[in-house]
Amino acid sequence: MSLLEIRNLHVSVDGHEILKGINLAVNAGEVHSIMGPNGSGKSTLAQVLSRRDMYRVTSGEIRFNGKDLLAMKPEEAAAEGVFMAFQYPVEIPGISNTYFLRSALNAIRKYRGEEEIDAMDFLPVFREKLKLLEMDERLMNRSVNEGFSGGEKKRNEILQMAILDPKLAILDETDSGLDIDALRIVAQGVNAMRSPDRAMLVVTHYQRLLNYIVPDFVHVLVDGRIMRSGGPQLALELEAKGYASMEAEARQTVPASA
Amino acid sequence: MSTNVDTIRNLAEREYKWGFVTEVEDDRVPKGLNEEIIRTISAKKEEPQFMLEWRLKAYRHWASLEKSEAEPKWANIKYGPIDYQGIVYYSAPKKKAGLQSLDEVDPEILRTYEKLGIPLAEQKMLAGVAVDAVFDSVSVATTFKAKLAELGVIFCSFSEAVQQHPELVQKYLGSVVPYTDNFFAALNAAVFTDGSFVYVPKGVRCPMELSTYFRINAAETGQFERTLIVADEGAYVSYLEGCTAPIRDENQLHAAVVELVAFDNAQIKYSTVQNWYPGDKQGRGGIYNFVTKRGKCAGMNSKISWTQVETGSAITWKYPSCILQGDNAVGEFYSVALTNNYQQADTGTKMIHLGKNTTSTIVSKGISAGHGQNTYRGMVKIMKGASHARNYTQCDSLLIGDQCGAHTFPYIEVKNSSSRMEHEASTSKIGEDQLFYLQQRGLKTEDAVSMIVNGFCKQVFRELPMEFAVEAQKLLSVSLEGSVG
Repeated sequence: MSLLEIRNLHVSVDGHEILKGINLAVNAGEVHSIMGPNGSGKSTLAQVLSRRDMYRVTSGEIRFNGKDLLAMKPEEAAAEGVFMAFQYPVEIPGISNTYFLRSALNAIRKYRGEEEIDAMDFLPVFREKLKLLEMDERLMNRSVNEGFSGGEKKRNEILQMAILDPKLAILDETDSGLDIDALRIVAQGVNAMRSPDRAMLVVTHYQRLLNYIVPDFVHVLVDGRIMRSGGPQLALELEAKGYASMEAEARQTVPASA
Repeated sequence: MSTNVDTIRNLAEREYKWGFVTEVEDDRVPKGLNEEIIRTISAKKEEPQFMLEWRLKAYRHWASLEKSEAEPKWANIKYGPIDYQGIVYYSAPKKKAGLQSLDEVDPEILRTYEKLGIPLAEQKMLAGVAVDAVFDSVSVATTFKAKLAELGVIFCSFSEAVQQHPELVQKYLGSVVPYTDNFFAALNAAVFTDGSFVYVPKGVRCPMELSTYFRINAAETGQFERTLIVADEGAYVSYLEGCTAPIRDENQLHAAVVELVAFDNAQIKYSTVQNWYPGDKQGRGGIYNFVTKRGKCAGMNSKISWTQVETGSAITWKYPSCILQGDNAVGEFYSVALTNNYQQADTGTKMIHLGKNTTSTIVSKGISAGHGQNTYRGMVKIMKGASHARNYTQCDSLLIGDQCGAHTFPYIEVKNSSSRMEHEASTSKIGEDQLFYLQQRGLKTEDAVSMIVNGFCKQVFRELPMEFAVEAQKLLSVSLEGSVG
């Protein structure tokens, strides 16, 4: 059984159907990339997987680690091992990054019936991950994401991922707003986390990120459907041809009534 | 789901049921207010003549105000008429009907205490369990008292001060908040029964935080409390008022007065956590809290700092203020006010700059949830002689849900052109995006809200003494339970 199984997923926002029957199976140890033009439903898929409640699932099901993901609240999904690196990380004024991270880790540990970790034990783990992401320790005593540059915010997302150690990591447009150095560091952090126990879902518009994080599978999402699936070469093909041909194909193959 | 409000309500009702009311009260004056009552109160307390005269003058002033219907109505709060003749203004300190151990206390109450992290000894005191001679804090208090006496610090109940140090009381009583100050201050002056008195002599730095907690055995937190703190030249004192545990009081009207006096180079830090019964979910019951708090920075380089965390009471009407009279004096006001359900708060400060180079800082954080209405009302007044005075005001409001309200009334009056004023204000709503971000990291909705709110209040919390700050954070979380989702 796959770690993540999405079957015939239909999702609407404000009565408008965004996802029109997604089928996808992701095994532990695999890295899948979801590519597609703007408005194709990539981010919606990522958000539904992390259980944001502004989306209405009209049919289909999602099994995560054998459990019904759609029955979970966001914090339950998180505790079960779903992590999303946000496209636009949110600022939390007045709460230090360190405190936030430890609170999150302990909330998850508590859910799993594990003992909470105190500040002293947390610090070494934390420092090690900081180094990996070449992050300045001073950022850690600042408020969560407040006054962080775009690159610092994204690195902070990956830092959180490294500390929370999820089973499924979803990267939502993690490359957006990153310069090439930041991109390299972020990718390095992500690659260091590839493991046989973990699956990753890399959502991106551009192929650029996939030069650094090489996926095992690429899926092209157009108008709420996966139009093509393939290996890493599919991304290169897209880079060369653009999405236009596939969008045209989508219009042709799908009956108007669908 | 049992919300915090329910918990507090249960707690409140239990306390009532469990005999926080005295069995039979012999020592009680009849209802209502007149000169005879004032004389009786003063006589029962065996007060010197000057106290009686002062009370009588205050009473007459109050009576004239009441007659001309001068009860202040300008605040942004709504409540029915208060029947001042329906109140009993004096009853002798009550004996609490004792329980024998915490096992007899309702587990729900104990859970609330636990959430707030209240030490066991204190839990017993709050729940009305009979406290024996080895009660930790009492012996601690005794030790502390001896230590304070060594340094010449006077810290006692107001009644005791009237008996033991009448010259100090006479000199400073009403010197910052005269009985003519306002309707509620006049009422308090006429009928107040007790409170705290602190005098820190020249050059003495009070070695510990003074808290009413240390004199619990002597304390009867009254409906009309009066506190007077005097810091002589070069003295320093930090005073803590209140308690994070929800305390129910059968008296609905509270009208306290606090006066602070700081001489040359003296410093007073006054911290409050107020968590009186806020009423139930529908807004029934709850304490009306009309408080007058003011400090006078009488000397050069003196400093008075107010920090308050206001989460309780149905109505809060309170403006801890500073008169910056000495040159270079510093006044500070840090405030967190939270209104949930149907609570209303109209709170803020006045900074009156008289001396040269005086500075004041105001940081106000208002949180509104449920149907709560939260008003910041502030006045910064720079008088003619206050050259190079400075003020910084920051006034932030946080809204939770869409039924609550935040209001801001900042008044600024400047009569000296060399002064500098800064004012910043913001209003924000806890965003769905912030909540989701924290939930996606594993935090439950309520913990996420409490984290956002605590972050919002951080500037104020860091002004609180360490232990108080930790308690205040927990209190805020408990007070917000059930406000989202």
